Amino acid sequence: MMTNAHKPQATAAILVDPPISARLAKNVRRHMFERLIEFILMLAGLVAVATTIAIVAILVYESLGFFEHVSLVDFLTDTQWTPLFEDAHYGIMPLISGTLTTSAIALLLAVPVGTIAAIYLSEFASHKTREIVKPILELLVGVPTVVFGYFALLFVTPLLQVIFPDLPGFNMLGPGLVMGIMIIPYISSVAEDAMRAVPMSMREGSYAMGATRFQTAIRVVTPAATSGIIAAYILAISRAVGETMVVALAAGQQPNLTFNPMDSAATITAYIVQVAMGDLPHGSIGYQSIFAAGLVLMLMTLFFNILGHITRKKFTERY
Amino acid sequence: MENQHIEASHSTAQASVLKNLAEVRAMIRRHKANDYIFSIIGLIALMIGLVTLLILFVDLVSDGYPRFTMDFLSEFPSRRAAKAGLLSAWVGSVLVMTVTFLSAVPIGIAAGIYLEEYAPKNWLSDLIEINVSNLAGVPSIVYGLLALGLFVYILDFGQSILTAGLTLGLLILPIVIVSTREAIRGIPVAIREAAYAVGATKWQVVFHHVIHYSFGGILTGVIIGMARALGETAPLITIGALTFIAFLPPSPVTDVAPFISFEWLTSGFTVMPIQMFNWLSRPDHAFHINAAATGAIIIFVTLLMNGTAIWLRYKVRKNIKW
Amino acid sequence: MINATTPIKAESKDLNFYYSNGNQALKGISMPLYENKITALIGPSGCGKSTFLRCFNRMHDLYPGNRYDGQILMYPDNTNILASGVDPIEVRMRISMVFQKPNPFPKSIYENVAYGLRVRGETNKRVMDDKVEEALKGAALWNEVKDRLQDLAFNLSGGQQQRLCIARALATDPEIMLFDEPTSALDPIATANIEELMSELRNKLTILVVTHNMQQAARVSDYTAYMYLGDLIEYGDTDMIFTRPSRKETEDYITGKFG
Repeated sequence: MMTNAHKPQATAAILVDPPISARLAKNVRRHMFERLIEFILMLAGLVAVATTIAIVAILVYESLGFFEHVSLVDFLTDTQWTPLFEDAHYGIMPLISGTLTTSAIALLLAVPVGTIAAIYLSEFASHKTREIVKPILELLVGVPTVVFGYFALLFVTPLLQVIFPDLPGFNMLGPGLVMGIMIIPYISSVAEDAMRAVPMSMREGSYAMGATRFQTAIRVVTPAATSGIIAAYILAISRAVGETMVVALAAGQQPNLTFNPMDSAATITAYIVQVAMGDLPHGSIGYQSIFAAGLVLMLMTLFFNILGHITRKKFTERY
Repeated sequence: MENQHIEASHSTAQASVLKNLAEVRAMIRRHKANDYIFSIIGLIALMIGLVTLLILFVDLVSDGYPRFTMDFLSEFPSRRAAKAGLLSAWVGSVLVMTVTFLSAVPIGIAAGIYLEEYAPKNWLSDLIEINVSNLAGVPSIVYGLLALGLFVYILDFGQSILTAGLTLGLLILPIVIVSTREAIRGIPVAIREAAYAVGATKWQVVFHHVIHYSFGGILTGVIIGMARALGETAPLITIGALTFIAFLPPSPVTDVAPFISFEWLTSGFTVMPIQMFNWLSRPDHAFHINAAATGAIIIFVTLLMNGTAIWLRYKVRKNIKW
Repeated sequence: MINATTPIKAESKDLNFYYSNGNQALKGISMPLYENKITALIGPSGCGKSTFLRCFNRMHDLYPGNRYDGQILMYPDNTNILASGVDPIEVRMRISMVFQKPNPFPKSIYENVAYGLRVRGETNKRVMDDKVEEALKGAALWNEVKDRLQDLAFNLSGGQQQRLCIARALATDPEIMLFDEPTSALDPIATANIEELMSELRNKLTILVVTHNMQQAARVSDYTAYMYLGDLIEYGDTDMIFTRPSRKETEDYITGKFG
């Protein structure tokens, strides 16, 4: 500390060089401010974790309420799903069959078309073509699903009825196909990124052996990008299984245990929407049933995600 | 380089290609034909998506054409299709999107900054990252279930615009986080180091430099997220958006002090996609025309927003001259 | 020694090459490749030696905008490899290449070697088995992998992978083999293996090798060409080039005065 003997220099020292304690105080304040900022930002990051926890908690909590009234065996084996009827049945299979059938149709369309489109864009298309086509495919992703639902109900189904005159107005084929078209860009964009990541040296090795562009694309590039391509397919499956509006509008809302695309049926998602539109007393079994259905949906997407993760680990590229 | 050369002598493992040149040439021709065939198929595969988009748009516009009038935008829904309008729906959309923006954007950008600039390499950061990518894959209707249980009942926000905005905010949160991270990653370390070198604190560097330079990329992600929120139907139906409301939520601006009201947040509401869904679910074909018109409007706005975002991203990529 | 009776397998005649950005990478190169001999290309970075090498199997065709000017003639049929009417795929079936960094395909060891055969439409399993074995023996890899042919090629060490790439290139009985700095990514023992291999291979085919390593050129090649900035400065017997070069530029490079 300063003493009186040093007063004149002390004055000058204050103007030029604040005493150490003052400087430290400022640093400490600044430091605390920085820590506070970091803490706040971390909280923002934790919102994501909190959301996941909340989703799981809500679904499980309400489902537990559901399973107090319905046995797990009934849930998994009953062939009818009529929770809101007088004679209530609580078998989830009809909803699962609807979900699986529509998703399968969608994937049967989207997987080949999306993969071929990806190979073409990555290995065959010129730079200009790619620059034009990729943004357009992105725009396709931005179209709201309710609009695709309109398309499925009022354009595709009538068109299909020309080919199949017995096709009912609500069926799984129309929305299945439209979902497929909706999903194509998901597959093509992720798969194409995976293929473009394959190093040029591997392609050169193939061309140097006298291979054509097609042979190189199919025999070398596509196998090399397997991990990424599988990721694309998993993304597509999740998207198809979780889709709501297209099927709610065009597949009908009568749960129906069938795998026939020409039948009408309800998916898990369509059921949730249908019930939510009606009057749902909080805590009633009808209310709880949509959470049970939602839990099944989450488990399905989780299952596919894990499957995809395992498969991808098997095929991780090393180059 | 003088050389008197002699034609290469025949050696043992020689020239299997030369020996049956004609065969080899025919085989190469066949294989190259596959090249050609595949490019045709590939082009068709690309076209399927694009052509569908075109047909979709034309279909909507041609079906909805009769209802492209100013009345349509200024009328409430009605039992008579010809009088039914979109007023409550588009106002609802605007109000909900406002709440969505205010909830998703600050949190999303903050989380993105945290993950890129501050997060140490520990289990907590990994956990956050895993959750962000996981949430991106959760079906949108599940967000509706979450909101129904949590916001509508447990927190008692009711079936309101506030709930809707928060729901969609959570839905698009991963989009905002991911695009913030990618935008920040694009900034070279050299710029950061220059800022630190003149004595800036971490937050000063982030606030004045990092956010500034990544703004374009972040904006792109925000626009894409908002476009997504505009078109979302399933989660909002689940939390109980009404489909026949003939009133507008209370105005945010009042003529009594303090001149701003938050009453609208607790109001019932509808949005455009739900209105379209509702009209489409009716058997009466006259309402389908309304649905088509609504669809055309929604698609027009979302395409405009997405197109802007794509153009913006393109310009950002081109203009940055580090 | 070059004498009047040494057969030539191929030769470039006044070869110029322009990259798509207009840069002229090769200036009037005329040079022979003697049959069943190893010819080495040396020179500092950017001299055009890899560019020259890649003209022989039309690798530059893969990138739009490149332009060849001049000829590369191949014997005994007198074909100009660079002629626009000549199919690059056909050329690549006669001339194969080993790259700087080993680039095996994401397939098994067997499938890597058999790739060239499959691409040629070979389906007979016995024929493929025989050729794969022959190629792996020719690349001095057979004993190390004969019990694990179905293993992924990526599991091999760097040196083994490079020998696998050589086997792959051998399996289709090429007339000329091009080596683009084949040992620059390998350790000294693997390098010695590859050099020994190249020496033996010359009995079956003609070899053109680009190398950054002058000692390697001196060890391994029969003829050496020194290039600088796209020009062929000097060409001759390897012994002559390294002991009594006729151009000062060559001498400067070889003695390490520059480059």
